[in-house]
Amino acid sequence: MLGKKRRFRGGDIPTSSMADIAFLLLIFFLVTTTIDMDKGLGMVLPAEGEELEINKKNILNCLINSSGNVLLGGDPVEVRNLSKAVRQKIAENDKLVISVKAHKASNYKDYIRVIDQLKQANATRISIAESD
Amino acid sequence: MKIRRKTQLDSEIPTASMPDIIFMLLIFFMVTTVLREYSGLPISLPKAKRIEKLKSKRHTSHIWVSKEGLISIEDKLYQAEGVRHVMYEKRVADPQLVVSLKSDERAKMGLVSDIHTELRKADALKLNYSSKTAVD
Repeated sequence: MLGKKRRFRGGDIPTSSMADIAFLLLIFFLVTTTIDMDKGLGMVLPAEGEELEINKKNILNCLINSSGNVLLGGDPVEVRNLSKAVRQKIAENDKLVISVKAHKASNYKDYIRVIDQLKQANATRISIAESD
Repeated sequence: MKIRRKTQLDSEIPTASMPDIIFMLLIFFMVTTVLREYSGLPISLPKAKRIEKLKSKRHTSHIWVSKEGLISIEDKLYQAEGVRHVMYEKRVADPQLVVSLKSDERAKMGLVSDIHTELRKADALKLNYSSKTAVD
């Protein structure tokens, strides 16, 4: 050890650890970036002035009142059982359009619960009536 | 310089380009990750089961609605009537636009309904009710 000669051996920057440093940076970015995917209930609104006339037989009204109770085609329904009821009605009439109408003072949460139930019943024809 | 013997085979994996490869990966990840641009309003999202993922962040525009009835787009507050203008411009710039409605679960439907109307007028028809995954 002590007998080792000390002489200048060129001025190279050690690059062997470069890869490790870059890996560390890469892992840091991979860990810190949270990819919070946006998810939610998809819906396509009808275009302005594209109101269609629908046969009354093919409309199923779904009303939500301000306390979150649901009236499906005139009968009060528990939100939990809504998808079952809707599925039944769709089985009877596959042209059925479900018209969701919420009271102005009703909560958004109740509305989402209803839409979610309709989606669970595989209802594709959902119309959103303007609340009044 | 030593003169190498010809019989000795050089059997090392070349690692000199390793940092370059990793830097490329690093830059790729840095470029592709879109950081959250706007902070929005403090809301608690409703829960739903049948949720879909939004395909692309680049074609998504958010509308925040708080329980007090405030509407915020890109950290600016708007009245319900103002939504139409903003969304129309966005829609013109990007025909694939999907509007993500981040509304508080206690927001009133009257306001949400007004936003529906405004979006229809702005021709921004693809809507997504942002919600959390419900667990049974």
